Amino acid sequence: MIKILKYSFYDLMRSRWSYIYFLFYLILGFVLFFLNSDVNKAIITLLNIIIVLTPLIGTVFGIMYYYTSREFTELLLSQPLKRSTIFVGQYLGIVISLSLSLVVGLGIPFIAYGVTRSAAVWNFSSLLFIGAFLTFIFVALAYNIALTFNDKIKGFGFAILLWLVMAVIYDGLIMIVMMQYSDYPLDNFALAAVIFNPIDLSRILILLKLDISALLGYTGAVFQRFFGTSMGMIIAVSILSVWVILPLLRIISVARKKDF
Amino acid sequence: MTVSLHMKVFLFCFLTLSVVSHAETFDVCASCDYITIKSAIEKAKDGDTITVRKGIYKETEIFVNRSLVIIGKDLPILHGENKQESIFAVEADNFIISGFKFVNVGMSYVKEIAGVFLSHCNNFSVKDNYFEDVFYAFIIHRSSYGIIENNHIQGQARDESSSGNGIHVWKCENIRIERNKIYGMRDGIYLEFVKKSVISDNHSIDNIRYGLHFMFSDHNEYHHNEFRTNGAGVAVMYSKFIDMHHNTFHFNWGMASYGLLLKEINDATIENNYFEQNTTGINIDGCNRIRYRSNHFVRNGWALKFTGGCYANVFEYNNFNFNAFDLAYNGRLNDNRFDGNYWSEYVGYDLDRNGIGDVPYRPVKLFSFIVNRTPETIILMRSLFIDIINFSEKVSPIFTPDALVDNHPIMKPIVW
Repeated sequence: MIKILKYSFYDLMRSRWSYIYFLFYLILGFVLFFLNSDVNKAIITLLNIIIVLTPLIGTVFGIMYYYTSREFTELLLSQPLKRSTIFVGQYLGIVISLSLSLVVGLGIPFIAYGVTRSAAVWNFSSLLFIGAFLTFIFVALAYNIALTFNDKIKGFGFAILLWLVMAVIYDGLIMIVMMQYSDYPLDNFALAAVIFNPIDLSRILILLKLDISALLGYTGAVFQRFFGTSMGMIIAVSILSVWVILPLLRIISVARKKDF
Repeated sequence: MTVSLHMKVFLFCFLTLSVVSHAETFDVCASCDYITIKSAIEKAKDGDTITVRKGIYKETEIFVNRSLVIIGKDLPILHGENKQESIFAVEADNFIISGFKFVNVGMSYVKEIAGVFLSHCNNFSVKDNYFEDVFYAFIIHRSSYGIIENNHIQGQARDESSSGNGIHVWKCENIRIERNKIYGMRDGIYLEFVKKSVISDNHSIDNIRYGLHFMFSDHNEYHHNEFRTNGAGVAVMYSKFIDMHHNTFHFNWGMASYGLLLKEINDATIENNYFEQNTTGINIDGCNRIRYRSNHFVRNGWALKFTGGCYANVFEYNNFNFNAFDLAYNGRLNDNRFDGNYWSEYVGYDLDRNGIGDVPYRPVKLFSFIVNRTPETIILMRSLFIDIINFSEKVSPIFTPDALVDNHPIMKPIVW
């Protein structure tokens, strides 16, 4: 598995998209500091970008990589290798290279501007941690879709739709439900609704750490009380982990049965 | 006419004082004729001066009922020993207390205990004092024509029930509170049933409740004050004809904080104030006929938040810079007018280059509208979905009311 991981990883590292992705974050980081040297504000801007972009890039990269390396995968399948080894190896290759682009790309400007010496270092590292987590989740989901649909166009369409649902439509639905039932206490509903979408969960986890959490008012206080405890934090991280583990298990089981 | 009348009264007083009485001076110190302030006061007559030399005086309930000038030289310390008694208790006219340091005034849940307790006083001045670790610094009852000036008040308030106010004024008229610095009390300055008074050039910082608290106090003015990092900001409630100008409200940040809370205020003017980084710049609840002019709202959560019915308010020439929300309101915004303000989020153009944008500006974002209807939706803040609906609403407004527009948004911020 390590060999396949290595192969996928080096393959991606050589591809120009990884570099573009890396350079994008690098430039973004430097530009943010160039325009505004306040680390906390830079983190808020980054939050907006990371929770939208890492899932999108993860999805698109995952699905593209599967379809373009299909022939090579078929070649591997003819070798005496376990199927789970092949697919999990590929998955880890993509995920590690993408996360590395994110962490290193943003890490360089932030270290260059002295984030390690400021109090924001924890906020920054949790932002990177969550960005990496989102990459893990959305590549796994994209691989699931790719394994399900042999048709490239269909797979691509579904992947984009998945991202759209998670990033945009889900929030719209929450909003509509809340407005419909605004006569009822909605704090627990809001908590539950947010927990089940990894993008929303990540957004809230970061927001609660920042100053602007004061704007969240009473609902924010309910959230703070939940996520402020170690129990809440454990629940949040385990839900994010479930979002990685379940799709990964499905990749293994589908790959095992699939007729290529 | 009035000037000459005043002059006559003044001359009369002056002549009477200088001719009739010979003002004496009493020195108080460990080695003087008088070793306690109380003993000197007992001997003193109206118009006398008591000079208190450097030292620590453990006296409480120093009762003053004559017109005296009581001056501390080299900052003598008045030590309250945390007893349940005020240090100075004054019921007199025409007096001055200055130059003391008041420490350890006891805390009580049932009694009002202060460093300086004034009751039924007229024409007085209390200035240049220091207060440390006091329950209340000043309590002023039913008094008029007084000035509280240049006092430094430092408290260690922990919670609202066990702490007192810096300057507590009740049922007074024509009081001036100037150039005081107040830290760490419950309310920095508290006014209840106070009329025709001026509060200026004070710094009220780190108080656990309000920096300044007005209740039922009409015809007052406060200006050039600074209110910073107070628990909940400044509250002005149930008052009419208040003039607020050139104040700075900043860094009042937290779940239940605002720069300025207006509750049932009518006919006030709010001009040239600076609101920076408050959770809510001004929280406006049931206020009518208020003129907001040339105020600066910088990086607040909400610049203005209306709750309850507000009628006939006018907002002109204000700067709204980088607030998370410029405006939020409940229900209908009844004939309140926004005109000629600067909005940092305005993206219109100015073809004729007259400095006024050609396209009207709508200060209410759709999200802010939704949050006010359903507060819990605030958890969607900074979601991509919200950015999308805000943008589409901006392009073609459907939900936000047509009436709420600034028809003449200015293109450049007003220079401070």
